[in-house]
Amino acid sequence: MTLPEGVERRTFDGESALATRGEPVYGEATDGEWRRWDPSRSKLGAMLEMGLDTGLGAGQTVLYLGAANGTTVSHVADVAGTTYAVEFAPRPARDLVEVAATRPRLIPLLADARRPETYAHVVESGLDFVVQDVATRGQARVATQNARFLDPEGRLVAAIKARSEDVTSDPETVFEAVLDELAGTYEIETTARLEPYHVDHLAVVARPRGGSPTSRSI
Amino acid sequence: MTDAGWFVGLEPGDVPAAARAIRDGRADEPQDWPRLAVEAGYAPDRESYYERLHEAAISATREAVADRERADDKQLVHAVRAMDDLTETVNELAERAVEWAGSQYGESREGLDYVREVATRRPEQPVEAEIVDLAQSVVDLADRQASIEAFVEGQAAAVAPNLTMLAGPILAARLLALAGGLESLAKKPSGTVQVLGAEDALFAHLQGHAPSPKHGIIYTHEYVRGTRPEERGSAARALAGKLTIAARVDHYSGDRRPELQTALDDRIERIRTRGAEQ
Repeated sequence: MTLPEGVERRTFDGESALATRGEPVYGEATDGEWRRWDPSRSKLGAMLEMGLDTGLGAGQTVLYLGAANGTTVSHVADVAGTTYAVEFAPRPARDLVEVAATRPRLIPLLADARRPETYAHVVESGLDFVVQDVATRGQARVATQNARFLDPEGRLVAAIKARSEDVTSDPETVFEAVLDELAGTYEIETTARLEPYHVDHLAVVARPRGGSPTSRSI
Repeated sequence: MTDAGWFVGLEPGDVPAAARAIRDGRADEPQDWPRLAVEAGYAPDRESYYERLHEAAISATREAVADRERADDKQLVHAVRAMDDLTETVNELAERAVEWAGSQYGESREGLDYVREVATRRPEQPVEAEIVDLAQSVVDLADRQASIEAFVEGQAAAVAPNLTMLAGPILAARLLALAGGLESLAKKPSGTVQVLGAEDALFAHLQGHAPSPKHGIIYTHEYVRGTRPEERGSAARALAGKLTIAARVDHYSGDRRPELQTALDDRIERIRTRGAEQ
């Protein structure tokens, strides 16, 4: 499969790995201006490593939900265009701000992804991508509520964590329930388990269903 | 103003006002803000719109993070105080419940396990109904205590990661509670941190009729308690020194400094062997 423009395979310590071009963030290996994108520290990195077609590409506009301390979103901003990064916890958001300080296209926001009305006055409509990695209950609801930011041709790329929904249920059961709920708003294109990089995580790539997703607020 | 973009009514160069608008504003639905901002004259083109947004968002998020983190240490202080109150109350009420149940059922058992078991019994007389209900209340309070303790353990590492690394979550939270928050702990000299929680002994000493206390709440740390009595004062001083540095790093920079742990381990190791050789 072809990697998105701006993501390449480079050799680090004799090992081939994904990389993007940008200032190092978390002590990752570098090769010239390229820096290694570690799939075991990044769900999106794992999706690309596994050859999943996310559709992510150069210059696209992105809303990243659950940006944490900016590890993955820094790689996204290396590749994409304007990237809005939403994180709820103050401690990781402190690191995220520093990551964003040297990346003009990365817009950090301390906000709760379950309450899009608290950042819809900043984040623009018609985005190419919503990337979601929130370890909270109600991950399908988060995806549904944030559909309003997507262009009708845009895509949701989500990493669903089974343990955040219900630690006692079988992950497959949890994923089915999440996909069922997502199907109300999105047309699912691809799903894949992220093992061995991330245990009990399901990658989901989906498109908003026809009609204007912005009018479907709950 | 529930549907206006963050830039509406702002002077282009006014970053503090822009940061406030980002933090406090809201809108039900997103719009094509870059286009609307250019049309409204906030920015000459999309490029400069994004530049202004970037600058304002960095400033807004930095402030919001600082505010939230400051608030979080206060919440932790409340939680650890509630946890200690509950521990005391549970012990007292459990003792009462054990004594009462023992006299009614003719048993001589002890402890919270006994109370838990009594709470599941089916009462056959009015007095037993009271005993079982009391036991149930004790169990509920004990569960609440455990739940708050778990919260404290999780929260301490978020509020003060370096302090928690050295002290463990419960001692870290108690130090924050005794000092009244992370900022005041960070501003205390190491000698004060060493005797936090031993105020009675300290005032007795200052009035001239007692020796100076060697340690306060940090006595609960293995590095103090597990060191021979002759060397405990040195161990307490060394530990307090490193805890003070950790609290300052947590408050002023927020970096993680694993080397603090190694430095403390080495120092304690030296104090302990020094004592053994003499």
